[in-house]
Amino acid sequence: MTWAGTDVAALRLRADRRRRWGRVGLYASAIGFALVAAFPFSWAVITMFKQSSDLYVKANNPFWFNEAPTLEHVKYLFNQTNYLTFLRNTVVVGLAVTAITLVLALPVAYALARLRLRWGERMGIAIFLVYLIPSTLLFIPMTRVVNNFGLQESLWALIIVYPTITIPISAWLLMGFFKGIPMDIEEQALVDGQSRIGAITRVVLPLMFPGIVAVVVFAFTLSATEFIYALSFNKSSAVKTIAIGVPTELIRGDVFFWQSLQAAVILFVVPVALIFNAFLDRFITGFTMGAVKG
Amino acid sequence: MTALAQDRRRYLTDHPGFLAGLFMSPAVLYILALVGFPFVLAIVYSFTDISTGNPQLDFVGWETFRRVIADPVFRQSLWNTFRFAVIANVLVVVFATALAEVLTRDFKGKWLVRFLILLPWVAPVSLATVTWLWTLDSIFSPVDWVLRQVGLITENMYWLGLPDLARTSVVAVQAWRVIPLAAVIVMAGLTAIPTEINDAVAVDGAGTWRRIFQVTIPLLAPIIAVAVLFGVILTISDMSVVYVLTRGGPTNSTQVLSTWAFIKGIEGGALGQGAAVALFLLPVLVGITAVVLRLARRREVM
Repeated sequence: MTWAGTDVAALRLRADRRRRWGRVGLYASAIGFALVAAFPFSWAVITMFKQSSDLYVKANNPFWFNEAPTLEHVKYLFNQTNYLTFLRNTVVVGLAVTAITLVLALPVAYALARLRLRWGERMGIAIFLVYLIPSTLLFIPMTRVVNNFGLQESLWALIIVYPTITIPISAWLLMGFFKGIPMDIEEQALVDGQSRIGAITRVVLPLMFPGIVAVVVFAFTLSATEFIYALSFNKSSAVKTIAIGVPTELIRGDVFFWQSLQAAVILFVVPVALIFNAFLDRFITGFTMGAVKG
Repeated sequence: MTALAQDRRRYLTDHPGFLAGLFMSPAVLYILALVGFPFVLAIVYSFTDISTGNPQLDFVGWETFRRVIADPVFRQSLWNTFRFAVIANVLVVVFATALAEVLTRDFKGKWLVRFLILLPWVAPVSLATVTWLWTLDSIFSPVDWVLRQVGLITENMYWLGLPDLARTSVVAVQAWRVIPLAAVIVMAGLTAIPTEINDAVAVDGAGTWRRIFQVTIPLLAPIIAVAVLFGVILTISDMSVVYVLTRGGPTNSTQVLSTWAFIKGIEGGALGQGAAVALFLLPVLVGITAVVLRLARRREVM
């Protein structure tokens, strides 16, 4: 069959072939990326269940249980180390930081997204720029400030300092979500006789629920990840978070301790990743909306 | 003012100006006190010889900087910070764009693939690095085991024990953990490209590669710039990868500004010198800020 001088059948065949190879390429690269991304974690998962007599033999296949898997090292982690203390500290700090972040970032985001301020856009950019000042630049004077207030060796130091990291990025994220709520809804509430604050708390905030959840996950993850402040402020294991507790106390020189160490990582990372994964699409919409001019 | 409008402003908080002040001042004050003040203090410290043993602010001019720069370890750290960031972020751009292209397609098992790919980003950096520390172990590295099975090596690689290999390892881990975030940013940009454009290109008979290079990448350039920006900030300001993986070793060959500032300022107690070392990140950050402002202005024009 020809049409205007071209062989349509041949064209279609070529397109089909291209599509099929496209699928093969797609699966190959998806699997390749997943393997590289997950490789050290999967090695950690295998390690945490291995017996020492299996793991520490150079010739043994590292990806296979040459001897029966064991829970001995996971038990050791919970019973003989400060892992649970690190976990508890991380959760306490994370919750407190998230609460402070929401209380301070929600009003800012609302004002910037909806009050049509003359300097609103500039202020939004200024907030974003604060995010660009890394803790690496500030940790030395910050440590002095924390010491001067007697907050060193306590979770308070982290609870007070971490919102400086989470507020800017959360305000930016929330701005996007506020812009996604039609102005009419709020104006209707005002016409119906609500005060501005009433309209915000009764009408706008309930609609912000997805954005608030996204910020909770984000702020919590950021405060669980933070390293340099935690390492500078807190030296005693009772007030260490997981991010510094595991690398400073569970890495023990030459002692064969790798199974419990890897268990410490996996048992925290996998649950967090599952939660984070569930909210990924919200982050993407939030960031895109924040970038759209309102 | 109409009666209705007047009625609407029963409370002080109904005035947009007042409300804006009320809503913004707590966060602004918080940030000024805990970012602005330490930032000024960091600059002040760099011109003093303050240390934990002598916590007086005695100004010594440029002496602290002179002493910092005279140290060869500092120069190594500065050079490492720069080249690690450049190489890692070149890798990030290439792989994040490809990964974003993969993640916007539909395929079986996408949920699992996405979950696995996001692990390096979601995991706290120091914990993710702990898994690499074990993966690159000097004796039991599974990478070495595979290389031995294939017959490429007979002994061990000592990934973290030899200067060049250790530097390569640090760069690889940095790129590995930034790629997922960069890919998510690029993905957000990809989903913002109207499907009609891709359809039109497909109707015109362009293949996948031509579409990627002639349509997608030019349209994505601004969002890729944003991804690089995040990538550079994350890599130059991060301390945990180097600290956990090598502590700056062997013999300071992987030292970067952040770890050197920590070793000088916190472990060594030379607060002034530590602050001065960290301050060398400032020019890069100012440059990035300029780019951000330009991007923001361009968006305004559009």
